[in-house]
Amino acid sequence: MSTPTLDKTETAPAPAPEPRRRARRRGERGPAGTALLHGGLVVASLIALAPVAWLCYLSLGPDKEDYLHPSGIAGKATFSNYSYVLEHTGFLDWFKSTMIVALGTTFIGVLVAATTGYAVSRMRFPGYKQLMWVLLLTQAFPIAILIVPMYEIFSELGLIDTYWSLILINCSTAVPYSAWLLKGYFDTIPFEIDEAGRVDGLSPFGTFFRLILPLARPGLAVAAFYNFITAVGEVAFATTFMLDDSKYTFAVGLQTFVSEHDAQWNYMAATAVLIAIPVTVFFYLVQKNLVTGLTAGGTKG
Amino acid sequence: MTVAIDRATGKRRGDRAPRPGLGQRIRNGFQRYWYAYAMIAPVVIVLGVLVGYPLVRGFYLTLTDANSLNSARTIGVNHIDATYKFIGLDNYHDILFGPTAYDRFWSHFLWTVVWTVACVALHYSIGLGLALMLHQKLRGRTVYRLLLVLPWAVPTFVTVFSWRIMLADSGVLNQILGSLHLPQPEWLEDTFWQRFAAIMVNTWCGVPFMMLSLLGGLQSIDSTLYEAAEMDGASAWQRFRHVTLPGLRSVSSTVVLLGIIWTFNQFVIIFLLFGKNSAPDAQILVTWAYALGFGQQPRDFAQSAAYGVLLLSILTVFTSFYFRWLKRNDQLAV
Repeated sequence: MSTPTLDKTETAPAPAPEPRRRARRRGERGPAGTALLHGGLVVASLIALAPVAWLCYLSLGPDKEDYLHPSGIAGKATFSNYSYVLEHTGFLDWFKSTMIVALGTTFIGVLVAATTGYAVSRMRFPGYKQLMWVLLLTQAFPIAILIVPMYEIFSELGLIDTYWSLILINCSTAVPYSAWLLKGYFDTIPFEIDEAGRVDGLSPFGTFFRLILPLARPGLAVAAFYNFITAVGEVAFATTFMLDDSKYTFAVGLQTFVSEHDAQWNYMAATAVLIAIPVTVFFYLVQKNLVTGLTAGGTKG
Repeated sequence: MTVAIDRATGKRRGDRAPRPGLGQRIRNGFQRYWYAYAMIAPVVIVLGVLVGYPLVRGFYLTLTDANSLNSARTIGVNHIDATYKFIGLDNYHDILFGPTAYDRFWSHFLWTVVWTVACVALHYSIGLGLALMLHQKLRGRTVYRLLLVLPWAVPTFVTVFSWRIMLADSGVLNQILGSLHLPQPEWLEDTFWQRFAAIMVNTWCGVPFMMLSLLGGLQSIDSTLYEAAEMDGASAWQRFRHVTLPGLRSVSSTVVLLGIIWTFNQFVIIFLLFGKNSAPDAQILVTWAYALGFGQQPRDFAQSAAYGVLLLSILTVFTSFYFRWLKRNDQLAV
């Protein structure tokens, strides 16, 4: 279904500038233009929605072969998969591990990054350019370059199969990223506030902790949410470092439903829906600030 | 560099500087920067321990013949010391020029380049198209935007499994194609279709980010520019070409760079779409390196790390050229 329609979205952009042609005032267009716009957007929205909706639909089918005969599901839809997943799989264990890892990453990431975000936003010092370059480059690290030495180091320290290994490894990307994001947010706070604080006799640290940090709460929240979401979605390290199935995070747990021998697609779908709902809600809460943070940090760097 | 300017203006104006970080001017010499360094210290230390040390260690590993049989390990209560030895640059030589180097490295390298270019081009063009449509005055615009962001909002590891069900041999996609009497490719078995499916899934996942960033860029373009262009009789295409595109340039250069880096390093989609050991020809360099290090027995740590170093070098070289190219273009434009 999505192959033929995907092509449509590629050609759809063409009508967008066109409707303005005959309009006297900008932004006015004929009914045909409006219909085209709606048509294009509806098709694109359907493509965006389809895989997620399909997963929700399949999760209602009680049998693991149901994905082959989707029309049969409507007649026997049931929530039995959900109760099975909650009661007879490691779902709650996975939930606990995911929460420990994600919240740990979030907390450490924001805590460590906050002062640096402020420093690179307000101060210029020798080594500034190099630091920004490092912050940018660490986000570009392929997982392949860290995973082998990390595995060795963690084995030596006995950290394999512990939550700490995942928290630490997630921090290696979360910390530079949060610093970058927070710099973008601190840039939007007027410099006059710093000056006022300094004039009134606060030290640079006092200015930061007493004036800027309280003002930057929304920015901190965005960085925290983003760290949380990326930590939940991390696959490679969690798959490699976690051996005990009660310590699996969701990203690893979900894979256990599908092995070479057996694929329990119905339970997989139900678990996937249960995971996706809270994360998606989280995402929508911060989505708008996220994009401005990302691009603002980048363009001004 | 900004410091020099600040200091100059600061001196002209007396002791009250117009820019923040003004403590800088009160202290002298190195003393001037001590709190800046204190503030960046946590990140520098954390990155040094979590990134710097493993990086050095990983680079050393690439110069050895380490694998899971000769590395230090603990079995039960017995601790076995590492016995791997230093072999210099042999790993790199073997990867780049050794026998069957084409099958192991260069074929994956070419596919990675194709993958990155195709995905980013699709992300950008579809994202720009959707952003232009969402930028129009339109009923239900917010609803469309929320729906279109969905592929980014749902965790990738969830949606990839959804695609895997849909692309399965007798999955819904092939059922629909069959009912339309179209050919039903073996999406997850045949090499060409595996690659096609991987690009398709990644495009689906990556468009929302581009769309939202470019939409932000469109909204920041001054609308009087369009009015002026219209007064001068510019056609819709001319307005798009000479007002919209230049207005999007700074956003575009950032998101394209991010897109290239992310796509080049995209692990999750290929890893989860094809399972652990199938589809050797559809692996990009990142997933291939992972397969060498952790997807086989014995695990080849040294070569896997060497791939990692090569990948990072490619990205670093590319990024610095990209910045140089941007700078030159900017100067030309100004």
